[in-house]
Amino acid sequence: MNQKPAADEKQSATQEAGTNEETGLVQPVMKARGLVQRYGPVTALDGCDFDLLPGEVLAVIGDNGAGKSSLIKALTGAARPDEGQIWLDGKEVHFKSPLDARRQGIETVYQNLAVAPALDIASNLYLGREKRRKGVLGTVFRMLDKPAMKTASARHMAELNIGLQSMGGAVENLSGGQRQGVAVARAAAWASHVVIMDEPTAALGVKESAQVLELIGKVRERGLPVVLISHNMPHVFEIADRIHIQRLGRRAGVVKPSDHTMSDVVAIMTGAVQI
Amino acid sequence: MSTVTSSPASSVASRLRAVSPRLAIPAGSTIGPIVAFLLACAFFTTQSSQFLSGGNLALVIQQVMVVGTLAIGQTLIILTAGIDLSCGAIMAFGGIVMAKLAVDTGMPPLLAIAAGITVCASFGLINGLLVTRVSLPPFIVTLGMLNVAFALTHIYSDEQTISGLPSELTALGNTFPLGRTDVTYGSVLMLVLFAVFAYILGQTAWGKHVYAVGNAPEAARLTGIPVRRRLLAVYTIAGAVYGIAALLLIARTGVGDPKAGQTDNLDSITAVVLGGTSLFGGRGLVIGTLIGALLVGVIRNGLQLMGVPSIYQILITGILVILAVTVDQLSRKRSQR
Ligand SMILES: Nc1ncnc2c1ncn2[C@@H]1O[C@H](COP(=O)(O)OP(=O)(O)OP(=O)(O)O)[C@@H](O)[C@H]1O
Ligand SMILES: [Mg+2]
Repeated sequence: MNQKPAADEKQSATQEAGTNEETGLVQPVMKARGLVQRYGPVTALDGCDFDLLPGEVLAVIGDNGAGKSSLIKALTGAARPDEGQIWLDGKEVHFKSPLDARRQGIETVYQNLAVAPALDIASNLYLGREKRRKGVLGTVFRMLDKPAMKTASARHMAELNIGLQSMGGAVENLSGGQRQGVAVARAAAWASHVVIMDEPTAALGVKESAQVLELIGKVRERGLPVVLISHNMPHVFEIADRIHIQRLGRRAGVVKPSDHTMSDVVAIMTGAVQI
Repeated sequence: MSTVTSSPASSVASRLRAVSPRLAIPAGSTIGPIVAFLLACAFFTTQSSQFLSGGNLALVIQQVMVVGTLAIGQTLIILTAGIDLSCGAIMAFGGIVMAKLAVDTGMPPLLAIAAGITVCASFGLINGLLVTRVSLPPFIVTLGMLNVAFALTHIYSDEQTISGLPSELTALGNTFPLGRTDVTYGSVLMLVLFAVFAYILGQTAWGKHVYAVGNAPEAARLTGIPVRRRLLAVYTIAGAVYGIAALLLIARTGVGDPKAGQTDNLDSITAVVLGGTSLFGGRGLVIGTLIGALLVGVIRNGLQLMGVPSIYQILITGILVILAVTVDQLSRKRSQR
């Protein structure tokens, strides 16, 4: 429980780009095949594949209800897929809970469900991984090290240029964008393997969106791959190395922004063109 | 005790700071209850010369010690957005178990006490299992458990009051002098319990998780908090606290009474609500509950000193409860922009 945020440790988590013997291609950091997720009569994922390569920013786009959030939940243990397999660094994984994924260094900003509004920023950043005092106070009396958590949180928020007057108040007193900033900061601070963000800029203004994009760039510089779900095509084309196009619960295709125009991508997304 | 006295004060201060720019009282705030409590005390001081004496205040605390202790468990459950209607009935059954084991079977008194507390904790555990595993609403689960515990109390006691208790069972009713005032050990135990739970909820990770589970269960689950395990622990611990309340009840009355505590479930909810804890979960302080319980006690005691019929005490308490939940609802709506 007494771990530090990965960003504190200045650890370089650069992936060894191991090769896959069969194909000779770079081994994906995360890979999924044939994921099926049913919610009652609805089939949210219908044999979905997924590949995330080392150090890349992978955008996931698709219409509303295409199964983007369902894919993320299946990949991060928030939901257990009915069928299909997931590999992390070539090893098959079966996440039973979001905690299992977090323990592997996978940090996720879930759509709309990012923070506990009544808790303050530091509590949210450290939720589930609270830092305890040193010595007896921590080991016997389990006392939280609130000053340390607050200081570190203030630093993380400052690094992301999220302007805040105070760290003390409840998150619900922040603006929608600042609130999202807290969730993004938490993911960036703790991730040591993969960062996944489900529409992190949906509620944000132009300036705040730009900050999140900048942050994604910083995370990539640390060598971590990022999965970014977004409906904003200009953002996607600006930052993504590859684009995963989700359609009707499946991967309709993966393209490079350099090889395709926005209208090509939209055509694939809507089913007008197939690749 | 230093952590205890400083934590509510500092959190009140930080809440005041949070409030001032927005000129709105946040949901779960303890400011309102403190103001109401001080106003009530000031009013009764002007009305009765006896009110502000050490002896009278010790009496108020002693009168609220059973409901106050129950309300600690109730606070834990309400913080998780639940409610417990069965607390008084569980306490009554626990008390009968303690009394009967000690008197009828000749079990060593301390063992009988431990058995009674364990029985209460088991009831809490069953409540928790039904809430977490079967996903039943806490209101319904604890309504059912209220009837089960009530019936078991009467069956097991055969409707008889149990007297002739060994001195260990009533020891918490004894007093010690503090200055020129006699204070019961039970009052001190209640205050210590409040201090312990204020610490647990305010200063430990487990406490933070209780708030998170009540405030945003899905966000809590997605951050990796074992939501069901926390809930199960909350209900079980609340049950154990009801067991301690059972011991205080016996100590105060000196007998094992199957008819005791029948309205205490609602009284404990009253104390929690008056203390500013939100019925929607995730907001509030256990110290607020202490103030809420004392507020009810002070109103009852003050009106008695003034010679006002006791029915007015119920009237005023009822109005205050409605006022408190209205404030809760309004401040919650405001924060859900
Ligand atoms: N918990 C759930 N219970 C029932 N149905 C669900 C649930 N979650 C998702 N679905 C359904 O699964 C389908 C895919 O939903 P999903 O949230 O994955 O879409 P999305 O691509 O993320 O859409 P958006 O762009 O609107 O976020 C939808 O039809 C949705 O109604
Ligand atoms: Mg979605």
